[in-house]
Amino acid sequence: MNAATRTRLGIPSLIALVVVGLVLLLAPLIFSEYFVSVILTKAIWLGIAAASLIFLSSYGGMVSLAQVGLYGIAGFTMANLVAADGGVAAAWTPWLAVIGGVLAATLIGLVFGAIASRSEGIYFLMITLAFGVMVYYFWGQVTQLSGFGGVNNVDLPALVGDPGKDPAPLFYVSLGAALLVLVGIRYLARTPFGLALQGIRDEPARMRALGYNVTLHRAIAFAVGALIAGIAGILSVWYNRRISPGSIGLQQTIDVLVIAVIGGLYRLEGAWIGALTFALIDNYSREWTPEIGNVLGPERFNTLIGVIFLVIVLVSPGGLVGIWEQGKERFRGALGGGRTRAGPAAPEAPPVQEPLEPGAVKQ
Amino acid sequence: MSFQYVSSMRLPLRRPRAATASSTAEALPGTHHWGRVLGGAAAAAVLGWLAVKAAGNGKQFVTVTLNGLTLAALYFVVASGFTLIFGLMRVVNMAHGSLYLLGGYLAFEMQESWFQKEGGGLDLSLSAGGSSGTEYDLIGWLVPLVLASLLIGVLGVAIQQLFLRWNQGQDLRQALITIAISVILADQMLAHFGGIAKDIKTPASWPETVTLPGDITYGFFRLVIVTGSALVIGLLLWLMIKRTRFGLIVRAGVDDRQMVSAIGINIPLVFAGAFFIGAMLAGFGGVLGGTMIALEPGEDTSFLLASLIVVIIGGMGSLGGAAIGALALGLVDAYADVYLVFGDTNLTNYSILVTFALLVGVLAVRPLGLFGRPA
Repeated sequence: MNAATRTRLGIPSLIALVVVGLVLLLAPLIFSEYFVSVILTKAIWLGIAAASLIFLSSYGGMVSLAQVGLYGIAGFTMANLVAADGGVAAAWTPWLAVIGGVLAATLIGLVFGAIASRSEGIYFLMITLAFGVMVYYFWGQVTQLSGFGGVNNVDLPALVGDPGKDPAPLFYVSLGAALLVLVGIRYLARTPFGLALQGIRDEPARMRALGYNVTLHRAIAFAVGALIAGIAGILSVWYNRRISPGSIGLQQTIDVLVIAVIGGLYRLEGAWIGALTFALIDNYSREWTPEIGNVLGPERFNTLIGVIFLVIVLVSPGGLVGIWEQGKERFRGALGGGRTRAGPAAPEAPPVQEPLEPGAVKQ
Repeated sequence: MSFQYVSSMRLPLRRPRAATASSTAEALPGTHHWGRVLGGAAAAAVLGWLAVKAAGNGKQFVTVTLNGLTLAALYFVVASGFTLIFGLMRVVNMAHGSLYLLGGYLAFEMQESWFQKEGGGLDLSLSAGGSSGTEYDLIGWLVPLVLASLLIGVLGVAIQQLFLRWNQGQDLRQALITIAISVILADQMLAHFGGIAKDIKTPASWPETVTLPGDITYGFFRLVIVTGSALVIGLLLWLMIKRTRFGLIVRAGVDDRQMVSAIGINIPLVFAGAFFIGAMLAGFGGVLGGTMIALEPGEDTSFLLASLIVVIIGGMGSLGGAAIGALALGLVDAYADVYLVFGDTNLTNYSILVTFALLVGVLAVRPLGLFGRPA
């Protein structure tokens, strides 16, 4: 959907992009190990989870609350397939287990998608939330698979090394995965499938009239979202070296939703901006949060995040990216000469895409 | 930047039947037929299995069924509020579970601090579930029940007036707002009431159990009070919706909100009223649930999920649907917790999958729920 804006990157944006890229590439040299691990790596995999949500909402018009459940499926499946304490501990080679985990999430995502995609809007949100919470209860109940205190000491592939000693390899692996996800989604958005999906987002009735199988497109998009969430799930297990039912509960679902909303539900890059913001708040808020009795304080992180979430939803549905762009518009308006770009505000006005070739993805 | 994006998420209000009805009917021509056949086969298998179990141990079967029915009664009380709010306002109140839990905690707090009898102060009962220790009379249960329900009703109206009123029609945004509120409420409740399970005590004058024909004893509170409350509430809601002017407006509002406000009815007032009743039912359910089960962090999630499933099965906005959905969920929960034993293999901890299958089965045949209608 941002095709038009992408191709017209201004000089400042280009410079910013290069700087961000350089900083990320050199991050293990610039920042402390603690920062690289606890802030950056965590922000990257949380961002991938949020990106799966944003992908579905921005290209498919589906706000899904099942993403954490799906990443839990990938994480738990992978953790069960490798050597670990708790669970089945099938001791597969780590990379094979990764494929198994992501595949499991994708297939179950396809099933979830097939059921939920006949509903729209708020119904979709509710059904996916029910799915997500059910996944949580499933892992909570089936202790044969989830261990009593979660699956611990998960076997990591050699590529990742030992994140406890050197966080750099996992950081680069996560960064690569995030880049792959970002580029992959952008590419997918320009394929006939992606274009049809965006058409369905905007006008399901017309797309149906044109002969597209709306339900199938949505279900497949949901499976793609599940695949992305699965990648985040794998990374989260590598990051924590463990997974427990508590880490994929409603709290985590809401955290990922908060990240997506902070980043702006309709901007893919927003996922990582939101995740970085979240990780920073998560880590440093305890130091500066004022203590007001029992109501607010270092222990009350969730209250703080809830309030921030509430304020962002109330003030700027576009999230931080939305605020940034509003500010930019104002700045340009104040300068007088700035031409207003049609792009940024854009979910309601997707840039005109090339006409679809007839028969491209028709069912 | 505008709030426009929400409109793309919104249910297609102006062309409802065209969009939603056709998606169900035409999308996959074969599904209905196959869905019905499969659903019928599955239902037959389940009923057969239950019959086998019932024949094996009749007494247990009755008890399990009663467990299911009483649980269903509680689900109905909570979910009827949820569905009422949704039906009229299209607001998915994700804070409904939090209101439930808060209602229970408030009643617990009142009972503890106002009605604790002299001499009971030293009796710090360590077991949260034990009914021993202090005794309370009937007033000590009824007053917290009424006050907590009313307070939660007022809180619901406050949430609606402060945060939701001016976002009317942007249902995704409203859902996000209520999620944010539920996060804050859950954390504040954890701060003030801690993580240890608490329960509200029944009045000492009530019997512990009742004996049913066939020499089956069953909990008095669950069977008489909870089920009775659900029946009374169901009846009152039904009368209100079918017989009063308020109900008339609610029904009209469910069908066509814009038309109702166009003919000069004070819709904001009706909305506030509906939100009051809906939230109050959550609080009422919280007091019942706090007495029947327990109050602890996580119960808010579990009752939000229950409400969601009940209304997804029954159809959003339908009272009868909520009743059927609650029955289905309660019975499935109860049976799956006990009867998922096949020979030596005990599958009871997979019971959530049965609930999932129930949801999937209903959605496969009726994407809008059993009694659901396009928005």
